[in-house]
Amino acid sequence: MADNFDLIVVGGGPGGYVAAIRAAQLKLKVAVVEGKHLGGICLNWGCIPTKALLRSAEIKHLLDHLPDYGFSADNVQVDLKKIVARSRGVANKLAGGIGHLLKKNKVTVYDGYAKLAGGGKLDVTKDGKAVAQLQAPHIILATGARPRQIPGLEVDGTQIISYFEAMVPEVLPKSLLIMGSGAIGIEFASFYNDLGSEVIVVEMLDRILPVEDAEISGLARKSFEKQGIKILTSATVKKAVKGKDSVTVTVEVGGKEQVFTVAQVISAVGIVGNVENLGLEGTKVKVERTHIVVDGFGRTGEPGVYAIGDVAGPPWLAHKASHEGVVCVEAIAGKNPHAFETGNIPGCTYARPQVASVGMTEQKAKEAGYEVKVGRFPFIGNGKAIAMGEPEGLIKTIFDAKTGAMLGAHMIGAEVTELIQGYVIARQLETTEAELMHTVFPHPTISEAMHESVLDAYGQVIHF
Amino acid sequence: MSINILMPALSPTMTEGKLSRWLKKEGDEVKSGDVLAEIETDKATMEVEAVEEGFLAKIVVPDGTEGVAVNAVIGVLTEEKGGAVDAAPVAEKPAPAPKAETAPKAAAPEASGGGEIPTPFKEPTSAKTEEHGERIFASPLARRIAKQSGIDLATVKGSGPNGRIVKADLDEAPAHEAPKEEPKAEAPKAAAPATPKAAGPAIAAPHKKIPNSSMRKVIAKRLLESKQTVPHFYLTVNVELDALLELRAKLNATSPKDGPGAFKLSVNDLIIKACGVALRRHPNVNASWTDEAIIQYDDVDISIAVAIPDGLITPIVRKADALGLAAISNTMKDLGARAKAGKLKPDEYQGGGFSISNLGMFGIAEFSAIINPPQAAILAVGAGEKRAVVKNDQLAIATVMSATLSCDHRVVDGALGAQFLATLKGLLEDPLGLML
Ligand SMILES: Cc1cc2nc3c(=O)[nH]c(=O)nc-3n(C[C@H](O)[C@H](O)[C@H](O)COP(=O)(O)OP(=O)(O)OC[C@H]3O[C@@H](n4cnc5c(N)ncnc54)[C@H](O)[C@@H]3O)c2cc1C
Repeated sequence: MADNFDLIVVGGGPGGYVAAIRAAQLKLKVAVVEGKHLGGICLNWGCIPTKALLRSAEIKHLLDHLPDYGFSADNVQVDLKKIVARSRGVANKLAGGIGHLLKKNKVTVYDGYAKLAGGGKLDVTKDGKAVAQLQAPHIILATGARPRQIPGLEVDGTQIISYFEAMVPEVLPKSLLIMGSGAIGIEFASFYNDLGSEVIVVEMLDRILPVEDAEISGLARKSFEKQGIKILTSATVKKAVKGKDSVTVTVEVGGKEQVFTVAQVISAVGIVGNVENLGLEGTKVKVERTHIVVDGFGRTGEPGVYAIGDVAGPPWLAHKASHEGVVCVEAIAGKNPHAFETGNIPGCTYARPQVASVGMTEQKAKEAGYEVKVGRFPFIGNGKAIAMGEPEGLIKTIFDAKTGAMLGAHMIGAEVTELIQGYVIARQLETTEAELMHTVFPHPTISEAMHESVLDAYGQVIHF
Repeated sequence: MSINILMPALSPTMTEGKLSRWLKKEGDEVKSGDVLAEIETDKATMEVEAVEEGFLAKIVVPDGTEGVAVNAVIGVLTEEKGGAVDAAPVAEKPAPAPKAETAPKAAAPEASGGGEIPTPFKEPTSAKTEEHGERIFASPLARRIAKQSGIDLATVKGSGPNGRIVKADLDEAPAHEAPKEEPKAEAPKAAAPATPKAAGPAIAAPHKKIPNSSMRKVIAKRLLESKQTVPHFYLTVNVELDALLELRAKLNATSPKDGPGAFKLSVNDLIIKACGVALRRHPNVNASWTDEAIIQYDDVDISIAVAIPDGLITPIVRKADALGLAAISNTMKDLGARAKAGKLKPDEYQGGGFSISNLGMFGIAEFSAIINPPQAAILAVGAGEKRAVVKNDQLAIATVMSATLSCDHRVVDGALGAQFLATLKGLLEDPLGLML
């Protein structure tokens, strides 16, 4: 006999567990099936443990600059084991909390892997053994994603590694080559560079952080290069020859080959969706480029089967997964939500400097046919940034010249990942430049630069 | 110090009006209580009285200006003769205050930079009011786009939280804002797209343009909304009037010739009374739909459609079930006369739980009327005319009137409407019951 539910969520990541809790709030009888770890990649091997590592890197950076702030200290030691242990501790603590949250909301959790068995049924197995058969009129697939592998440069776990291994180093590699300059690659570059590794970043496209505004990408590159990171763009890794304690990597840059010998290679060239072993064969669920195709409410081609989060396509971000989970569940419960909010999903990179953005880049806005007004405000005009010793940064805002709609906002510098939310709210509430200009920002804060950037777009900047 | 005189809201539904004429000139001394100007609202002409004393320093909105937004600055008073007028008066966001009063001076800077200050009356609507006098919730961007493209937000259905109007409600066309990453399967819209801007085809035939009066706009908006959003259905009965006409003649003969007790009952007065009694017996027709509940009114207040020079208005006979026939008749005469003169007070035409529209005097045999929201029914009354009827299997002549009830099916089902009409027919055909 199958266990019956109103809704079953496959995968307990930020997409799945949030969807399940929302469903429970809406009085649905709901189950989550999770094969490995509640909290998904985000809490166990993604967002959270990397932020813990980057916090250590930031402190290391401050320690390196103690004299700037009036201190001196001898014999500062880096204990990599403790840094990693702290990161794991944070991840475990938060992931453990998910179990409690689900329990509190009366969500039934099944430990095992789920596979569609047709007719609203799911088979759950663990280590090859059947655990349960479940049935529900609605099934949400939130199975997430895993690192993409490049043929010939496959992850071996020791010399060519993925984010999993990069998050738990036993010794600090003397040198590293990172393939890919998206958020994940750049965060590892920043972390290892701050701790003292020699870092090379190789990016196929012509700039790093390619989804960001070109101007911000440029500033990020300058900043990283100043910190000693070597950056190669329009560059492809041709081959990697493994030696005993090193890897010799051949990179083609602008038609010429360059050879680097490094201790390790981190492969951060994107992800592929976990669409295998889900029983999708024979259903009307459509998979394109390893991702499940969905509409604005997570519906797949198969009635009663939905997909959210990383497995349903970019942007591959935890808050996007959660948002999709909530919208999908509310639609299932007949709540008439608005479709997924694709334009209002902020993206953050927690490197040093931080990068954060929401909405369209200047180039995209122009391509979309908007006449734009662009505002810029550099941190050197901001009192708090100077006081903090963080004078590097820029806030750029893009408005539709006709309606005053904020089309996009792009930031680089200290604390910007915490600041971007102000603009996200502005966009969600559909404010125009007028409301932003009349908003009072506290002094002294870096957020004042957000105000000034808007003022600058309309020729009214004060401090620059 | 100068004091702004604001366009008053003479009724809760008023969002804009016409400033017909000023009764004071620039420089005139003004005492509290003086009539400053006349304003034509959607339904009536009203006088604007001064609340403050001083001198009318400046007339901002000249005579005959249409579409002046409520709370726009129409003039400026100064305390002293020739006193300085403070910096350009600008429209404040409509405050709830329904009276012409001192407004806090507020600069409403248009953020477009460049220091231009909008004239108060040409760029109104920073927050419009809805039909029921409520604020319209709309995002700032939606407001701006609506203003730029001439969309009346009151006609737009909001799909945001609690019905808030957002940008997507204004453009049916999918937002051209591309997602940050690669495209996904097209997202079906969650909510029905809102009323698009009706851009009629350009009219080429020789013509003249009659600008829409405030009343015309309100009629257009309310009746369109009613016909589009209220599920109407119609029930018609034929009523023999001979007994009623006989009674009416007898009663009228008893009226004193002149003086306070005089009356002259019309057929319509008897119909009003009959409807009043029938509504008291069928209170579920004297009702309104809301999403949460059906509202049943305690009083039987009947709106009577009255044709006036450039439209119509519906003054209300209150507690029609309890009033005597002479009282109904005299009330109706007074309301009708003042309606035609444009002198009704808002509370004399706002409200009511049921309407009657009578086109019998124009010889109309029968018609169906559009419900007057938020009411749930309206009775359309045709002419009483001699018709051949069959009585005891014999052809006979009777004075017959057709009456059609338009019902809001959300409130009044077919059987209920039919029972109400049966009661009404009984009262009209055997009118002695009305005397009780
Ligand atoms: C190094 C790194 C750093 C990141 N940093 C950030 C960041 O700072 N901010 C941010 O927003 N995002 C970040 N991300 C991305 C973020 O982790 C993902 O977008 C997010 O986890 C996606 O959530 P999800 O619920 O779709 O999938 P996941 O979190 O991947 O969860 C899917 C879950 O489903 C389970 N599962 C899979 N198949 C089955 C099955 N058949 N049966 C049962 N269970 C199954 C898996 O075990 C997993 O627990 C980062 C990712 C990485 C790798």
